[in-house]
Amino acid sequence: MRFVDEYRDAEKAKRLASQIRELCEPGRKYTFMEVCGGHTHTIYKHGLEDYLPEAVTLVHGPGCPVCVIPMGRVDDAMAIARRPEVIMTSFGDMMRVPGGKGSFLDAKAAGADIRMVYSPLDALKIARTNPDRMVVFMGIGFETTAPSTAMTVLRAAAEGLTNFSVFCNHVTIIPAIKAILDSPDQRLDGFIGPGHVSTVIGCRPYEFIAGTYGKPLVCAGFEPLDILQSIHMLLRQLADGRAEVENQYTRVVPWDGNRRALEVISQVMELRPYFEWRGLGFISRSALRMREAYAAYDAEARFDVPGVRVADPLACQCGEVLKGVLKPWECKVFGTACTPETPIGTCMVSSEGACAAYYNFGRFTRRRLEETSLT
Amino acid sequence: MTAEQTAVAAHPSREEQVLLRIEKARARKPKIREERVTLAHGAGGKATQTLVEAVFVDAFRNPALESLDDGALVDVNGGRMVFTTDSYVVSPLFFPGGDIGDLAVNGTVNDLAVCGARPLYLSAGFILEEGFPIADLRRITASMAAAAARAGVQIVTGDTKVVQRGSGDGCYVTTSGVGVLDRELTLGVLSVRPGDAVIVSGPIGEHGITIMIARGELDIEADLTSDTAAIHELVAALLDAVPVHMLRDATRGGVATVLNEVAQAAGTAIVVEESAVPVRPIVNGACELLGLDPLYVACEGRFVAVVDGSYADTAVEVLRRHPLGEGAAVVGRVEADPAGLVLLKTTFGGTRIVDMLVGDPLPRIC
Ligand code: SF4
Repeated sequence: MRFVDEYRDAEKAKRLASQIRELCEPGRKYTFMEVCGGHTHTIYKHGLEDYLPEAVTLVHGPGCPVCVIPMGRVDDAMAIARRPEVIMTSFGDMMRVPGGKGSFLDAKAAGADIRMVYSPLDALKIARTNPDRMVVFMGIGFETTAPSTAMTVLRAAAEGLTNFSVFCNHVTIIPAIKAILDSPDQRLDGFIGPGHVSTVIGCRPYEFIAGTYGKPLVCAGFEPLDILQSIHMLLRQLADGRAEVENQYTRVVPWDGNRRALEVISQVMELRPYFEWRGLGFISRSALRMREAYAAYDAEARFDVPGVRVADPLACQCGEVLKGVLKPWECKVFGTACTPETPIGTCMVSSEGACAAYYNFGRFTRRRLEETSLT
Repeated sequence: MTAEQTAVAAHPSREEQVLLRIEKARARKPKIREERVTLAHGAGGKATQTLVEAVFVDAFRNPALESLDDGALVDVNGGRMVFTTDSYVVSPLFFPGGDIGDLAVNGTVNDLAVCGARPLYLSAGFILEEGFPIADLRRITASMAAAAARAGVQIVTGDTKVVQRGSGDGCYVTTSGVGVLDRELTLGVLSVRPGDAVIVSGPIGEHGITIMIARGELDIEADLTSDTAAIHELVAALLDAVPVHMLRDATRGGVATVLNEVAQAAGTAIVVEESAVPVRPIVNGACELLGLDPLYVACEGRFVAVVDGSYADTAVEVLRRHPLGEGAAVVGRVEADPAGLVLLKTTFGGTRIVDMLVGDPLPRIC
């Protein structure tokens, strides 16, 4: 794992940390949002905050695919999964997400045929070997995972498979960022841009963030040094009085994105007029659905779903956490009623959710730690 | 208490208050909220712990059981015996480096060994699915016999049940074992104290990753074999050489789960150095790909030992002399504070918690 170790070098991290400290104007506070849940995970998993000066605060954004799925959609998926002819297939992260009536794991324990897959192609395999069953794939994720879902539908169509469909919950990142920028309680100085999504959409779509809102954004990789370096690039921009879109993750992210992947998405899917995001409410043109031409592969067209909007539990403050307004521990039920074993909100479920990351990795006071005199 | 700790206790920040509240909530007796058993209850993490304590311990309550060690220490006619049992449901049944047969023998031998006992006799129970090939059954029993011979134990009693096609996964094996405790021991989490060293006996995570790859669900190929082995000799060598405070084999739930159980039961902190944890590059690579943490991946021939800090180097030396302990290393220390938590100093230079596992480790999606 040389490739990885290169980006986890503690010596380089120390040097970057001191450069970061130098760039901070005395007395000024900086708040940056890492949009992507993958970044949140890296930050906590490697203890990256230990390198940041007090003046720099990271807040966690909406880029966690599982976190933004609203309760109503989970219930709809369960209604499909409970049909005797259906095999529901889903990524592992999704299994514990609570809907109004429990999670996939609960439904599975109660007899529904729900199987965990690593890719939509696995779901297709299941469809081939179970011709008498209806296989439904729970499509979730941003532009990162949408192309593989779309590819799978094309493959199913080419093979003439008639027992495969997708329950499409794919969302798009830009409207979510825009919603956050437009929300009145937002006090951000810049963004750490989502690396994986950007491999598909490129860096151009973020230009309005710098242009219209005057905030810098740096597309960042997922190793801890990538993130430190991106923070350094953001601070550099602020020190120079610039607000631009920059690409730290050039080893993976092409400026113009991946044309082929975007074409595949738009061949199979189109924007929904609006879609509900957990905690953020309805955001217009923020999610994808299957095109009319692929209705045969659209689970929403093939099965009756309740389609009922289910209000989030009263105690849940996921919306505030997803917008970066509250730190996970500031939610009233964090760690007591809402834990990874018994999640109330979605941010406690996925390893990329801010609440789960903080609970699993960051739940100790650093002051007490210093006392333990670590060498 | 130091001046600073007193200051923290007197004026905790808002975040610290929340953290204190959480620790209190965690210390409460676990309650089962689910109405049905889910797969998480079998994953070895927090859900398993809850199920065991809220259902089984609650029903069977007795001192030998309540220590929740790998085996129970019982007095038989004045002699001290260790008694243990374990069921094996691995899929696939045959995998690189072993099969369900040697796994079942080694696992039970190891449970006895880490209690300090000399393994003597095993029982073997089989639940077979209608249609299961006799040839496969022979293969399994042959490797059980070979494993038993290697471990110097005899399989002296057994049982067979056949269930209808569809109600079992081919073959399940349950082994129970007894061993005799013929040494004086201070083993037990309560003897764990600040200053102790934490040792693992070899590279971790190899069994778990081998199984995941052997299932063929991941498009990965790797030259990796299960670490399944009987570790009783290695354990005996260690017990002969140094004062050992705690021993546990790191099976389901991995090293992280063992460390958490110890930290919680002993009321101490355990601080682990990530860079000191022995992990083969190939295991690390597979874990990176799957978004798993090798600390949580199962081993079948590795144990965690907590020894008096001043004997740490001797302990590692003794272990490394044995082929099964070649990769042994000191991975961390027991500290007083923060009690009940396992902290990891990451290779990157930061610090984080290593918590109990919540469910099965689910590979992340992107
Ligand atoms: S603690 Fe639970 S309810 Fe509160 S924001 Fe986090 S996930 Fe949502």
